[in-house]
Amino acid sequence: MTRESCLNVVLMGLLLAVPLAAWALDEPFIITLTTRAVIFAIAGVGLNLALGFGGLVSFGHAAFFGLGGYAMGILAYHAQTYTPLMDWPFVIEGTKSMLVIWPVAIVASGLAALAIGALSLRTSGVYFIMITLAFGQMFFYFTISWSAYGGEDGLSIYVRNSFPGLNTMDPIQFFAICYGLLLLVLWGVHRMANASFGLALRAARQNEERLQAVGQVPYRLYLTAFAISGAITGLAGALFADLNRFVSPSMLSWQTSGEIMVFVILGGVGRVYGPVAGAALFILLEHTLGGLSPYWHVYLGAILLGVVLFARGGIFGLLAGREVAHD
Amino acid sequence: MTDPILKVRGLTKSFGGLVATRDVDLDLRAGEIHALIGPNGAGKSTLVQLISGALRPDAGSVQFGGQDVSALTTAARARKGMARTFQISSLAMEYSVLQNVVLGALGRRGDVFRFFNRVMKDQQLLKVAEKALVQVGLQDVRAFRTSDLSHGQRRQLEVAVALTLDPKAFLMDEPMAGLGAEGSQQLQGFLDQLRHQAPILLIEHDMDAVFALADRISVLVYGEIIATGTVDEIRGNPAVRQAYLGEVAE
Amino acid sequence: MSWILLVEQALNGLQFGVMLFLMAAGLTLIFGVMGLINLAHGSLYMVGAFAAAAVAAATGSFVLALIASLAAAALAGVLIEATIIRRLYDRDHLDQVLATFALILIFSEGTRWAFGSFPLFLDRPEALSGTVSLPFGIEYSRYRLALIGVGLAVAAGLFWMIAKTRVGIRIRAGENDREMIAALGVDISRLYTLVFALGAALAGLAGALIGAIQSVQVGMGEPVLILAFVVIVIGGIGSVQGALVGAILVGLTDTLGGFLLPKAFALFLSPAAATSVGSSLASMSIYILMAGVLLVRPKGLFGGA
Repeated sequence: MTRESCLNVVLMGLLLAVPLAAWALDEPFIITLTTRAVIFAIAGVGLNLALGFGGLVSFGHAAFFGLGGYAMGILAYHAQTYTPLMDWPFVIEGTKSMLVIWPVAIVASGLAALAIGALSLRTSGVYFIMITLAFGQMFFYFTISWSAYGGEDGLSIYVRNSFPGLNTMDPIQFFAICYGLLLLVLWGVHRMANASFGLALRAARQNEERLQAVGQVPYRLYLTAFAISGAITGLAGALFADLNRFVSPSMLSWQTSGEIMVFVILGGVGRVYGPVAGAALFILLEHTLGGLSPYWHVYLGAILLGVVLFARGGIFGLLAGREVAHD
Repeated sequence: MTDPILKVRGLTKSFGGLVATRDVDLDLRAGEIHALIGPNGAGKSTLVQLISGALRPDAGSVQFGGQDVSALTTAARARKGMARTFQISSLAMEYSVLQNVVLGALGRRGDVFRFFNRVMKDQQLLKVAEKALVQVGLQDVRAFRTSDLSHGQRRQLEVAVALTLDPKAFLMDEPMAGLGAEGSQQLQGFLDQLRHQAPILLIEHDMDAVFALADRISVLVYGEIIATGTVDEIRGNPAVRQAYLGEVAE
Repeated sequence: MSWILLVEQALNGLQFGVMLFLMAAGLTLIFGVMGLINLAHGSLYMVGAFAAAAVAAATGSFVLALIASLAAAALAGVLIEATIIRRLYDRDHLDQVLATFALILIFSEGTRWAFGSFPLFLDRPEALSGTVSLPFGIEYSRYRLALIGVGLAVAAGLFWMIAKTRVGIRIRAGENDREMIAALGVDISRLYTLVFALGAALAGLAGALIGAIQSVQVGMGEPVLILAFVVIVIGGIGSVQGALVGAILVGLTDTLGGFLLPKAFALFLSPAAATSVGSSLASMSIYILMAGVLLVRPKGLFGGA
């Protein structure tokens, strides 16, 4: 087993052990904190597909995170107020079932990513960064002015949505759902990274000219990666809104985009499990530094600067060394 | 005589006011090495880019395998079997040697949009990749990271990737560049054999190599082809001597 | 619809546009010359505004406040350029984005720590209060008119500097070929510091000038920064002319969109629905403008082919 896969196992084990211990000790706050880390990890794994494997520096992933959140918020809002989502040309009712909400969140944010990606990928480099940031901001302002769903104040959901056979209001059960989804997403991304698609996508990041010379078009690979990436981040958004039972435009703010990117960088760009480590570290910092000082973002900024300037591989780079070429 | 595999007609390209390629005609026939030579700045790189599809011409056409490919992208031309190697090695440097060759085989097969297969365990791709590696003699370093290869090995890997494309013709942009005398000699021997697999349009500075290998030579000066012929014809051509060899002597 | 109101809104749009230009000009120069994407440019805008508010509160002088904004932002710019930004010129854009994102966190929380979370207020100078009468019976804010004047004057000065002065020639040379300019014996790192300080000072000035219209608070810089990004994407990265055209386009679209769209929808929707749809669409209008420009010219209006 390579050092990287050892690290993966330890990481996932810790992420499971901490809330279980907290459950045994009756510390629901710790469980919720870990659940946050797990959800952020899903968002980061999503972004990593575009950023780490495709080299697409998206500064607008908050839009997909927020869209997932609003997909959940709107469906649940209509269900709890007993009003149909729309009644023409056919009636669509709201729902409180996670099994319906998740696919809606995934499809909505995936389609948005497809549209934003199709436009933004006409450019590259610094244009791409600025344009994704701008489109993210467009969705942010749209939700603020969307008074039907709370505008600036957002939407509150009274009771967490339901999952067959589980009590989702119980922190440890909701954690289990999120952890299960994280495992599923990690498995999927890992398979993708080692499949034909992954081989070609990662080649495109390293050298577009090479990919074209073997007869493939980078644009299509990038767009596909961007759409899947947005869809995964959207799923995380739906879970995040469910965790807080609240969705508001702040989920779509540019800071959120920056934070999702920070998960990826802290963990290690292009490592499948990197964002998991990054998100966990972020929550840990937020919790410990946040307890020390209300201005903990100063420390976060300093740590981030240190990582960018001196430890470019993030946690995985430090602990697992250079990525091993597959044989 | 059979139709040439690559047929370039009236190719013209200018950048601003500067004409980089002027009304170029060029044929590449089965089994031959056709060398393209010319002094620095003669427009060789531009011509290669026009043929491979990286640049769009202002006028003229490129026919490949009896088909007009002028409107096709680089990728589409590559899928038709136009295999290019680059002047400066253009490889996925973080990949292993084997990954680079498998990438070529995958690109050729075309099914890149598969999300859950294990591409590095795909026997069909591995067979193609292995064969190419053996042919260029890189089978022993297949697990090396590409960035750890020597310059000469990278050049070989470029050719290996080109081989996986089931090529109908090779477009080689200065394959000898940066190779030592020994490496150059080795590659020469290899190219000599390769021409029977598919013809080679060889852009090269190394005159010894060109005169040793080429069946025909075209001389490009200021974007125009001033002569095409066998090695002896080119050697004896007064216009070439004046325009080209004269400049070399400087 | 009153034409006077429309002209007033157009002037507001122009005023917003020229202020955006002050931000965008620095960003686009810094990218053009050093190849750096600087997210912390919004922080420099905020530094300028806070410096102006503090000095105005202490001295009561608006002119001193403006000088302070220029000096403080330029100083902050030189400081981060010399310690951090300089290490980023050779890095890829991802590293630049992250490091300057980290700088935003540090600047924002540092400012919150020093000044608290409550907004400060910067009063307009006495001489520029009230309104001024324009032709056709239009009354317009004297201060906003002054902003348009200042913005256009700075733009003119900047164009003059780039076209005519030695520094400007070096900047243009640096945009074209970095190695060349180093080979010519120009001290490249001093040029970089200078360009960065210039961009910072312009951002600080914009922060102070806008601070007198809106409130001065932590986080004021980033929305403007993102709009400035839209501006230079539309104008073409690296082009100062593009930044000017883009800024005015964005300023006018934003202001007139917010004014006209609800009115336009009112022609065929109920007033409530028109306001709701119109203002939603207006909030997206500049991004739609950006998308439109990108479809036609992916490198922006004044970007290379």
